[in-house]
Amino acid sequence: MLNILWFIIWGLLWAMYFALDGFDLGIGILFPFFAKTDQDKKTMLESIGPVWDANEVWLITAGGATFAAFPTTYAYMFSFLYLPLMLILYGLIIRAVCLEFRYKVNNPTIISLLEIGFFLGSLLPALLLGVAFGNIFQGLPIDQNGYHGNLLTLLNPFGLITGILFVVAFLLHGSLWLSFRTEGDINVRAKSLAKKLWFITLFFAVLFLVSAYFVTNLYSNYFSIPILLVVPILCVLGLLGAGIFINSSEILAFLSSAICIIFLTFTGVGGLYPNLIPSSINNAFSLSAFNSSSSQYTLAVMTIVVIIFVPIVLFYKFWTYKTFSYKIKEGEGEGY
Amino acid sequence: MDAVMLSRLQFGATAMYHFIFVPLTLGLGVLVAIMETLHYKTKNEVYLKMTKFWGRLFLINFVLGIVTGITLEFQFGTNWAQYSIYVGDIFGAPLAIEATLAFFLESTFLGVWLFGWKRISPKMHLISIWLVAFSSNLSALWILIANAWMQDPVGFVLRNNRAEMTNFFAVVFSPYAWLKFTHTITAGFVVGSFFVMGISAYHLLKKQNVELFKKSFYIGATFGLIASILVFLIGDFHAAEVAHVQPTKLAAMESLWNTEKAAPIYLILVPDESKRTNMVEAFPIPSLLSLLAYHDPNATVRGLNSFPSNDIPPVTPVFLSFRIMVGLGTLFIILTVLAWWYARKDKLLEHRNFLRIMLYSLPLPYVATQVGWIVAEVGRQPWIVYGLLRTDDAVSKNLTVGDVLLTFGVFIVLYTALAVLDFALLIYYARKGPLETD
Repeated sequence: MLNILWFIIWGLLWAMYFALDGFDLGIGILFPFFAKTDQDKKTMLESIGPVWDANEVWLITAGGATFAAFPTTYAYMFSFLYLPLMLILYGLIIRAVCLEFRYKVNNPTIISLLEIGFFLGSLLPALLLGVAFGNIFQGLPIDQNGYHGNLLTLLNPFGLITGILFVVAFLLHGSLWLSFRTEGDINVRAKSLAKKLWFITLFFAVLFLVSAYFVTNLYSNYFSIPILLVVPILCVLGLLGAGIFINSSEILAFLSSAICIIFLTFTGVGGLYPNLIPSSINNAFSLSAFNSSSSQYTLAVMTIVVIIFVPIVLFYKFWTYKTFSYKIKEGEGEGY
Repeated sequence: MDAVMLSRLQFGATAMYHFIFVPLTLGLGVLVAIMETLHYKTKNEVYLKMTKFWGRLFLINFVLGIVTGITLEFQFGTNWAQYSIYVGDIFGAPLAIEATLAFFLESTFLGVWLFGWKRISPKMHLISIWLVAFSSNLSALWILIANAWMQDPVGFVLRNNRAEMTNFFAVVFSPYAWLKFTHTITAGFVVGSFFVMGISAYHLLKKQNVELFKKSFYIGATFGLIASILVFLIGDFHAAEVAHVQPTKLAAMESLWNTEKAAPIYLILVPDESKRTNMVEAFPIPSLLSLLAYHDPNATVRGLNSFPSNDIPPVTPVFLSFRIMVGLGTLFIILTVLAWWYARKDKLLEHRNFLRIMLYSLPLPYVATQVGWIVAEVGRQPWIVYGLLRTDDAVSKNLTVGDVLLTFGVFIVLYTALAVLDFALLIYYARKGPLETD
């Protein structure tokens, strides 16, 4: 029972990470193309300034919870995917430093290096996390001797489709956040960009959901328990909502795209169950919520911690988002 | 070079690099919170300027502490998969709790503090910086609970080919963890106070913003004096705990090869590891080692030669690091007593040489914290979990030398570039002093 609960928490933590850090990663990828003036740059950075760091903590929590609840999965997931994971780490390190220091240096050469770093450091984690999950959805070539793949085998068509889907979904998510936090010219431009990105995201979402039917086993759980189909349907409804609300309500459009990302993650995770990492060689070598978990005692301790502290975290995070949801006035973005 | 050695080097280097930034976060966070409290209570504008000046330096340092920490959390999985499988049932929990309890609080309220100057009430703003200071120290507690378990494993059984937790409270309230935690955060407070005193001394020597930096210096000196005494006292209790649970580490710290009753400490000592003895032993202080280790002058202290030769750590680095740490710890007490006295009597500007000494002493607590970690972690070898799992058996099986060589190389290049940028910014903003717009 606790194993199932922790499997759900595992999926939830990744979903929260993608839905929250997704928009500030998206704004990082947009940064060099979207900002026309220095003022635009300052506005973009201020829009994510108060929240990006705490958003990234969901990744650390997802990593920590995997370690605590499913140590064997944690060990194999990160050692098998050694190089892509290190690339994600480099990206996140460079991104944070570039973002923090952009408005603290005066040298134009260093400024342009920092801006490139902020862009690449946002693109790389978004793309590679997508590629990594695309491969996990397909199953990794693991057996009793370990892992039989490398960086290049990860770059297969379905891995790349998932990677690109992550990038475009985060771009859409970021431009919707930007329209929600701004007014005037930048707001208008963010909305018109979001409309274009919406079609691209729709295309890749459909491509992902259709090709998943052919190259993964993600749908078998849904076909055996049809009520679960509500999960992928909510993902699609979220995406439709984002498109519908772009003009009428910025906040509803943003929340819809968050719902789309959350249920996209759940679609994958729900299809994986009971595995966290399926083996593409033989299901006997798959790492599941039961054969890779911590003891019942540890899971019980962690459950108590979650029940007490996660509501507190959600409470003050909600308060923060409320405090910092004001519109940044045109020409008054303060940068970071 | 094999994958084990390279992984050790990579972990050691990334951990030590992480710990360049963390102690300042621990100490300076509390100091900035004290400064903002003074402004909140007195409404004196100089404390507001002071808060913003030191707050900016805090932020520049903070980001590197955060990002280099992520690397460490994931390296347990990437490079030490066998370790993670063997101890994850216990070791993962404090890491996950650290993120849930501390990291969210720290990062959320840092954002609130940074962007909230005009958005929230002064009281809420003050609470935010205290939450940042509190939660960064809280995160130190949980990661050190995890680390202490590697030094002194408690509250577990060996079952299903791994260590499984049987008593969460034994892990959380392990005496080793709390000694290590209090020793580490007070060390961070010393780093923070020397940072504030050193930069204040620079400006006082130039007679710039004299009022602000005199007050900063006094705050730093008071805080530093208390912290220097505490870190020393707790260190003494910590060494006694090490003697109790990690006898090989204690023997390496003093390079004690043969078991002795009423063991002395030699003021001058040169170890000779190949001959498993000391080349030079001079100026003994009788019974001091027995006294320090067991709080009994006649106690017997086990020497390294009483352990199997494949169970003892490298002696020279542990011994030297320990000596440097203790020497510096003593020096910090002397310096902070003087600093506090001069600042209190308002005689800082008359003692220009002392101000120079305080400026150039700024890096010394950094050195002390780095060598402190060498004592703790090299002294734990050859074990990754003391007495339970050897470091050689802990590495990921699928790792190739090429993989680790590549990532380690990138880490060195990347971290060097970031350190240069970070120090350049710290120096630039430290010299510039409070900005007019503040």
